[in-house]
Amino acid sequence: MAEQGNGEAFVAFERVQKSYDGETLVVKDLNLSMPKGEFLTMLGPSGSGKTTCLMMLAGFETATHGDILLDGVSINNIPPHKRGIGMVFQNYALFPHMTVAENLAFPLEVRKIGKAEREKKVRHALDMVQMGEFGNRRPAQLSGGQQQRIALARALVFEPELVLMDEPLGALDKQLREHMQFEITNLAHDLGITVVYVTHDQTEALTMSDRVAVFNDGRIQQLAAPDELYERPQNSFVAQFIGENNTLEGTIQDIADGRCTVRLDGGELIDANPINVTKPGERTRVSIRPERVEINKDRLGEGAHTLKAKVLEFVYMGDIFRTRLRVAGKDDFVIKTRNAPDQVRLKPGQDIEIGWMPEDCRALDAH
Amino acid sequence: MSDATSNANTIDAPTPEKGIAAAEAKNNPVLAADGTPLKKSLRRALRAQKLRALMLIAPLLIFVLVTFIAPILDMLFRSIENQIVSDTLPRTTSQLSEWDPATDELPPEAVYEAFYYDLFAAVEARQHTRLGQRLNYENTGVSSLFRGSGRDLDDFREDQVEYIEDFSPEWEDAGYWLSLMSGEGGEDFLDTRRDAILALIRESKRSPLGDLWCATIATCATAPEDIDIGYTPSAEVIDLLPRTSEAYADFALITVLEEEDSIAEEEPWEAVYVALAQDLAETPESELAAFSGPQAQALVDLKAGLADVEAQSFRDLFAQSDDDWVTPSPWRTIQTYAPAYTTGYFLNAADMQKTPDGPEFRPENERIYGLLLQRTMFLSLTITFSCILLGYPIAYLLSNLPMRTANLLMILVLLPFWTSLLVRTSAWKVMLQQQGVINDVLVWLGLVGDGSRLVMINNQFGTIVAMTHILLPFMILPMYSVMSTIPPSYVRAAKSLGATNWTTFWRVYFPQSVPGIGAGSILVFILSIGYYITPEIVGGTTGTFISNRIAYHISSSLNWGLAAALGSILLVVVLALYWAYDRIVGIDNVKLGG
Ligand SMILES: Nc1ncnc2c1ncn2[C@@H]1O[C@H](COP(=O)(O)OP(=O)(O)O)[C@@H](O)[C@H]1O
Ligand SMILES: [Mg+2]
Repeated sequence: MAEQGNGEAFVAFERVQKSYDGETLVVKDLNLSMPKGEFLTMLGPSGSGKTTCLMMLAGFETATHGDILLDGVSINNIPPHKRGIGMVFQNYALFPHMTVAENLAFPLEVRKIGKAEREKKVRHALDMVQMGEFGNRRPAQLSGGQQQRIALARALVFEPELVLMDEPLGALDKQLREHMQFEITNLAHDLGITVVYVTHDQTEALTMSDRVAVFNDGRIQQLAAPDELYERPQNSFVAQFIGENNTLEGTIQDIADGRCTVRLDGGELIDANPINVTKPGERTRVSIRPERVEINKDRLGEGAHTLKAKVLEFVYMGDIFRTRLRVAGKDDFVIKTRNAPDQVRLKPGQDIEIGWMPEDCRALDAH
Repeated sequence: MSDATSNANTIDAPTPEKGIAAAEAKNNPVLAADGTPLKKSLRRALRAQKLRALMLIAPLLIFVLVTFIAPILDMLFRSIENQIVSDTLPRTTSQLSEWDPATDELPPEAVYEAFYYDLFAAVEARQHTRLGQRLNYENTGVSSLFRGSGRDLDDFREDQVEYIEDFSPEWEDAGYWLSLMSGEGGEDFLDTRRDAILALIRESKRSPLGDLWCATIATCATAPEDIDIGYTPSAEVIDLLPRTSEAYADFALITVLEEEDSIAEEEPWEAVYVALAQDLAETPESELAAFSGPQAQALVDLKAGLADVEAQSFRDLFAQSDDDWVTPSPWRTIQTYAPAYTTGYFLNAADMQKTPDGPEFRPENERIYGLLLQRTMFLSLTITFSCILLGYPIAYLLSNLPMRTANLLMILVLLPFWTSLLVRTSAWKVMLQQQGVINDVLVWLGLVGDGSRLVMINNQFGTIVAMTHILLPFMILPMYSVMSTIPPSYVRAAKSLGATNWTTFWRVYFPQSVPGIGAGSILVFILSIGYYITPEIVGGTTGTFISNRIAYHISSSLNWGLAAALGSILLVVVLALYWAYDRIVGIDNVKLGG
């Protein structure tokens, strides 16, 4: 998805900072804007400030500096209950003393919606998450997955335009989680709501979102669509955090016209695609995805570089083979090859040559 | 939605197949691997487990039973126990059962006679004042009646006693008496008398368990039922001189068991002489002459001699000792309280008394316990309620503050526990009294005139203020422990759903804190209903509780039966309230901690 101008942004963070203790900034200069109907995921390691951002958006924390805009209006001074933002919590936060139906009716009741209308909406919301028969149960009588559905229904029943979800699937087992991921995305698209979703699980982020904001250290490291994020990480944090990556360290020797040569610490010279390096002499980390490494020289096109490698370990994983190599003095270089009929199976101790296309080899910052 | 989504709720959704499976399971029990029904083998497996667990906690359980349940049972027992009357006056009470108390007639001479012998033994065993005191609870004045007549008994039928003593020096000789009464075949008679005397002097026989203990493990003193009295009554004498035998046996038993003297050296009681004179008067000369003992002729001579000595009736003798003995009143009391168990204490505790026409309320101006119970309830409820009002905001604050500040505040809440209860209560005295801090400040501010200082102590207000302060931590702690388990996400969820602060509190937060209120209320209410020391100090006369009255009966009036009855009523009231609470709120809703 293309970057949106501020004019059509539905949710916008403008130079937002947040500090809890007055000493350290938990969120540092956050700028973000998202259009209506987008599914945006905040992804990042624990403690990177994702929940804090969500809480500021929901109104439970105030920004120390900067503006948060909703539909073009600053909401800094609007109390949470007037923001009309739906929210799903990690522990579901279903009111234990109310039945499922009462839980769902709660947001409608406080909006003074009539009884008949209320019941209709509750039933509709329950049907939407396929929990129609469970209206009279108490939350404690439901399984984790069912509680999750109810929490979702409750956040949607009053038809908010923006829904926030803070690691809503964190407590579910893998199978149920994958299933719910699918359901939540479908629901969000069907209803056309805008969703800000927080997770620390990269697969979840990649499979569900229109765009992903990768958080680290209180900053957005990269904000992009999943494929872009995976294939063109903008810095070494993102490259490390999303998917598996091989990194080799070295120094820029030459840089021109979107190409650079890097002298690896082992002495080898390779071509790379400069992303956030600017001048010769700079330290760099070169990153190559395991599946972009080719061991069959014939398949490499013109201009591809090759390096010597020694096979250390070969793991059969069914659909793919995962091979660990020693490359340029490093023991943790991994390549993945597809289990195809003509694919060779490498043996430990074997000496081979590997190569890749220069544009797949990204020269990133060395932090 | 696509059909992949149905995956998750098929797990729980009831389906017809499942229903059939469940129904089948109900009809044919599931079998374990060895063919026994699964339920049975499960039970067997659990039983061993339970038994082991029980054995593990057995020492503690026994300790709790002995130290906690036993005193309560003892209290319940004491509130109805009333063996003292029939134990002390066994012959009188059995004679009195024939007498109709509703008439104004006095009891027959037989009652007075039985009473003479009973009272004589009681005086010798020094038990008559205890009985007097017990009956004094029911009929004021009985105590002094018993004490006074107890002193006069020695002089009853003095002439006869002196005549016998002077008749021949042998009759003053302990050994002569002993040889007269001794013989064969009177073992059972002595055992019967021994039981009666043991009951009188409140010694109990050794239980079979005690016997086993003494026989195998410990060396014990001789059990009271095995102590040698020093003679075997003669069956012939018992037939010939029944009263004398009985009086002499009583004398012998009390002398040996209570005084630990020897009957071979002690001259018998005056009552024995009186009994002998009575027996001789009623026994024909021929029978006396036929007596096989060497004293036969002496008895015949004594009978002849005594015929000239005048003997006043026992009734007249008691009348001379005190006029009240010839009114029906003390006899009614003795008869009413003759049964071993009585409802008297409970009636008393309910402001009622026994009359010949059944239980009746006491006169209006003598009723106190109903009022006290009512006041105790009212004050306890008020205290509980003010504790809720004061404690809730504090507990809320505590559970919503950062850990460090909350811990500091918690110390402040617990601080009162570190000072003596008496000091805290006395501090309130200083604060509240008419020349106290609060009144001084009010006068200084000009809000209250110097002449019209507020009375805030020695009344209900003082009790409520001091007790609320003292019991407040018991309200705050359970409230706090419940509130701190309410996740903040509930409040956030409610607000995100559009609820205002008040709605969030009232609809979401408050219902979840109710278990804490319930636990705190039960704790404070039950504590305050039995509180004693604070009302005693700051309550004056209008602010005291029923427990103050119980304490009074235990330590001052020594009416333990009434104290036990009041305590039992309090226990029942507390249990009833607990039950009501369970029915209305549900005891599952009470949480003392996380
Ligand atoms: N209420 C709070 N008070 C003080 N510090 C907080 C609070 N909430 C979060 N933090 C701190 O802010 C940082 C970011 O937290 P958070 O936003 O919860 O991260 P994430 O959700 O990405 O795991 C963490 O270092 C955390 O310790
Ligand atoms: Mg978080």
